[in-house]
Amino acid sequence: MKIRLLDIAHARSGDKGDTANVGVIALEDKWYPILVRYVTRERVAEHFAKVIKGSVERFELPNLFALNFLLHGALGGGGTVTLRTDAQAKVYSSALLRLVIDVPDADARALGLPEYGA
Amino acid sequence: MKKLVRIAAGQGFWGDWLEAPRRQVEGGPIDYLMLDYLAEVTMSILQKQKQRDPMAGYARDFITQMEGVLPAVLDDRHVRVVANAGGVNPRGCADALLAMARGAAHHEKLRVGVVTGDDLLPRIDELIAAGHEMAHMETGAPLSTVRDRVLSANAYVGAPPIIEALARGANVVVTGRCTDTALILAPLMHEFAWPSNDWNRLASGIVAGHIVECGAQSTGGNCAYDWSTIPDLEDIGFPIVEVAEDGSFVVTKHPGTGGRVDVHGVTEQLVYEMGDPKQYFTPDVIADFTTIKIAADGKDRVRVSNVHGTPPTDMLKVSIAYRDGYKAVGTLVYAWPDALAKAKEADRIIRARLAKLGLEFDLIYTEFVGATATHGPLATIPDELPEVQLRIGVRGNDRKAIERFTREIAPLVLTGPPGVTGYAGGRPKVEEVVAYWPALVDKSVIAPSVHILTT
Repeated sequence: MKIRLLDIAHARSGDKGDTANVGVIALEDKWYPILVRYVTRERVAEHFAKVIKGSVERFELPNLFALNFLLHGALGGGGTVTLRTDAQAKVYSSALLRLVIDVPDADARALGLPEYGA
Repeated sequence: MKKLVRIAAGQGFWGDWLEAPRRQVEGGPIDYLMLDYLAEVTMSILQKQKQRDPMAGYARDFITQMEGVLPAVLDDRHVRVVANAGGVNPRGCADALLAMARGAAHHEKLRVGVVTGDDLLPRIDELIAAGHEMAHMETGAPLSTVRDRVLSANAYVGAPPIIEALARGANVVVTGRCTDTALILAPLMHEFAWPSNDWNRLASGIVAGHIVECGAQSTGGNCAYDWSTIPDLEDIGFPIVEVAEDGSFVVTKHPGTGGRVDVHGVTEQLVYEMGDPKQYFTPDVIADFTTIKIAADGKDRVRVSNVHGTPPTDMLKVSIAYRDGYKAVGTLVYAWPDALAKAKEADRIIRARLAKLGLEFDLIYTEFVGATATHGPLATIPDELPEVQLRIGVRGNDRKAIERFTREIAPLVLTGPPGVTGYAGGRPKVEEVVAYWPALVDKSVIAPSVHILTT
């Protein structure tokens, strides 16, 4: 089943130099394991492949039902140097929430995940 | 000793809501008001102002805002204020505050603590000569490579000098570059006499600081979670932390204010500007955000506890800003029909004309606002757009080339595709680019000092 991250998580993003951070939080605590399993470092790197220049790091915060991603080379040189509208990575959060993941139907139904496009 | 210390945050950056500090002291009882004015690049802006006027170089908003706050400091409410409004001129900031206060009732009670010693600009050559490379934290390049272009250099000072100022009776503390979190941690260490090696409690203070340092971002502002149901944002209450002696605390806001404090919103703020959550570095302690327990505690109340901390390193972060060429950004708006196609054609024309002029830039960067500006290739663009803004920018070291670029936008109105408008703002401005150079320096070379001033 296709699941869009926007429908199971919320997020906030910010900048440090030329790196964007995106914190992703499960809308329901019970959905956190889905984030851990399917929103992997590799999957996020692939999502942003045409957008960022550097690598992706992922950190887990099970106590907050959240993942934190660092997207390196994301801001065209950083807050004051860049020519981008989103100079400080404020909307990288929703850019990540565009991600669509594939979850086995049985798991998705058991957890009550909303199907994307349904 | 107080059972609970109530610290209100009244400013999340220089330019935040002017009303917030006054509303925080008038909305209900608080012990401290913390005001954070300094972002990464604010120091370089202030340094430029100080170069033009030696009396400037601090956040002037602070003086205006303190007019509304001062009564609560000087009357029997005894609110104490901790602010990093000093920028690159804390003494000038304190003098301006004292000058403003002289007309106020009970102004003789004002004791302004001034924290200095974070400014490394006059000491850079001495420090480099003594072997402090201050290498760029991301690239590893030594500071000497951009030395002649450095505009400002400030160490992030921690809680100790603020604690000293409070212990010496300051009711307003003005600092330069200190960590945002120290503005919260210091009053707590002062009130509860936490030992400076009580790592868990110190880490709690840091987490409290992290939650409120961005002002209303923890009370419903910029909150993605169920955003459309957050009530009365026009009247948003800024955050307050009620901290207990054991370090646990509740995040809340004054009754009757707008916004919302809930677990989801506070969690969003916890992960904001986060690196490795197990190692949130500050000069006072390293906090482990993966230990935090967070729970609802009634309407607009969130309880935070169980924060673990470990000793800090022997290094301080230094925030350095240096000149790095020039930039300019111009815009035009293209309307339906074919808005995006017309904007793309205009972009092509500008680039071709710049090339024919032989102008060279480090970068020419185009966005089509309404189509690609925020999410780039991740977004799907509808077939019919009512309008698109062409936003084209250039960057480079040749100021003349950047200036010439600024004259290539308006001509498109009569010499390019039709359906163009939105050029009334005039020619784009050439801006000097100020780049950011994060580095580390030995703690031992920084010795902050504290002065107490009165009217």
